[in-house]
Amino acid sequence: MKSVRIGAGLGFYGDSWRPVRASIESGNVAYIASDHLAELTLAILQKDRQKDPSAGYARDCVPMLTELWPLAAPRGVKFVMNAGGLNPHGAREAVARAFREKGLKAKIAVVTGDSISDRIDELQASGETLANMDTGAEIGAVRDKLLFANAYLGAAPIAEALAQGADIVITGRVADAALSLGPLMHELGWRWDDWDRLAQGLTVGHLLECSGQASGGNFGSAGDWAKVQNFLHLGYPIAEVSEDGSALLTKAPGTGGKVSFDTLRQQLLYEVHDPHAYYSPDVVLDMGTLDFDDKGNDAVRITGASGARRPDTLKVVAGYHDGWMGIGQIGFSWPDAYLKCETSANIIKGLVEERGWKPDQINVEYVGYNALLGANADPAQRDNLNECFLRMTVRTNDRRIAEGFSRLFPWLGLSGPPYAGGLRGSERARELLGLWPTLVRRDLIEPRVSVDVEVVA
Amino acid sequence: MKVGLWKIAHARSGDKADRSDIGLFAYDAPTYQVLKREVTRERVAQHFAATCKGPVEIYPLDNLLALKIVLNAALEGGAARSLRMDNLGKTVAAALLRMEIEAPADLPRLARA
Repeated sequence: MKSVRIGAGLGFYGDSWRPVRASIESGNVAYIASDHLAELTLAILQKDRQKDPSAGYARDCVPMLTELWPLAAPRGVKFVMNAGGLNPHGAREAVARAFREKGLKAKIAVVTGDSISDRIDELQASGETLANMDTGAEIGAVRDKLLFANAYLGAAPIAEALAQGADIVITGRVADAALSLGPLMHELGWRWDDWDRLAQGLTVGHLLECSGQASGGNFGSAGDWAKVQNFLHLGYPIAEVSEDGSALLTKAPGTGGKVSFDTLRQQLLYEVHDPHAYYSPDVVLDMGTLDFDDKGNDAVRITGASGARRPDTLKVVAGYHDGWMGIGQIGFSWPDAYLKCETSANIIKGLVEERGWKPDQINVEYVGYNALLGANADPAQRDNLNECFLRMTVRTNDRRIAEGFSRLFPWLGLSGPPYAGGLRGSERARELLGLWPTLVRRDLIEPRVSVDVEVVA
Repeated sequence: MKVGLWKIAHARSGDKADRSDIGLFAYDAPTYQVLKREVTRERVAQHFAATCKGPVEIYPLDNLLALKIVLNAALEGGAARSLRMDNLGKTVAAALLRMEIEAPADLPRLARA
């Protein structure tokens, strides 16, 4: 029976491609599926593009491909990556430039058509409300502040690019799992209405889209995380998918980490809402019928996914400017570490008030006590800390207040409570972004999707 | 007896816009039955009362010995506009593991310890 092996690439913009080497060199993969775009990454890329129109893509694809392509090409390993962000053509140009300098050759495809930021009026005229799918709010409230708006495309344009002979496929926004489902559709010849097989493919893609999180990384637990061996050389997950849809999840031999029922089910449910209706552009997956057969030695066989017909709409996520954040921090040692932080927080609040600043929100967190656990921190530990850091943040529409807030902190060093260190008193204001999830009819998006292949030599 | 979830289960959390989601996993089938009974929407809502401003949803998955827990309106509007240090809610799962439930003392993970 025919099968294809896909290895995970990155799980986010900034992730490491070092573990991908082992998947290529000893993992026997045919494809690397690399996810560079978290929900808010397009906002970062939009800022890049505002400064430089040739930017707007995930820049890490250039050094990643320059380093890995010489290993991948002789083995016939292909790459599918959404590193194109807001500018897939720009990404290809940058990769092509780097390849030519090194004498590397490849057929590189670009998928476009996901961006709808300049089509808002037209889509509304076609009857799309673009209302927020979570809150029901009308888009008018944020219309003037939109920074990007992109639809999650499915696997079809990726499969099309591979059919045209591409070695490397660079897309903008696609469903994360489509990066794997595209190669599966191309290789295994499944029909686009074979919902159960598509559901198996979606399961695999979802398991691979967060790199090390399926192979022992971030294994959320008390104690058991420490049983994961060799984080330093943790292997990224690899899936071997057969024509009948069954999948074997594993990783390259000799690498660290763990592929097991436990590590895989944590990733399976990660960032899923209703597990009986996990939507993608290509199929709706019911995870309730999946069967995980843990064979030991980092091998788990997965079967049983149930698929339902793909939706008639595609999800769009837009981002909009939503004010500014100012941040300041100062730390104190024993004795009275927490109390000194609390006293300092009140001093800072007093300074804000005396200046007549009226931020919309002031957020106070005590690093070392409750900055991560919040209200679920154990209060019994509060008054017996070796050290504690005050972290304060403000929300405001006035950028100058956000900038000025950080500069209130240095004064505390000589004129506040004693034994201070770890000052952050000159931080830049950070732009805050609201995310706007909505739905658009797919027949209004898909006719604009295009694939073009260029030979770089 | 009262048992902290961290002794009998593992968990990971993530985010989608303003929604924080947690996968809670029993290590064994008897514990899963206890989780299904004891980890209710009401208990979870109470545990996260300070941060979760919307309804709590729970989806049990017998095949995975898991509960999918969704906290709506729990991330200050979403990671990109949140002021919190843990703007993505990656530690929400750890906070859940601190919750105590009523459980029999002979659960496999407890008996072994």
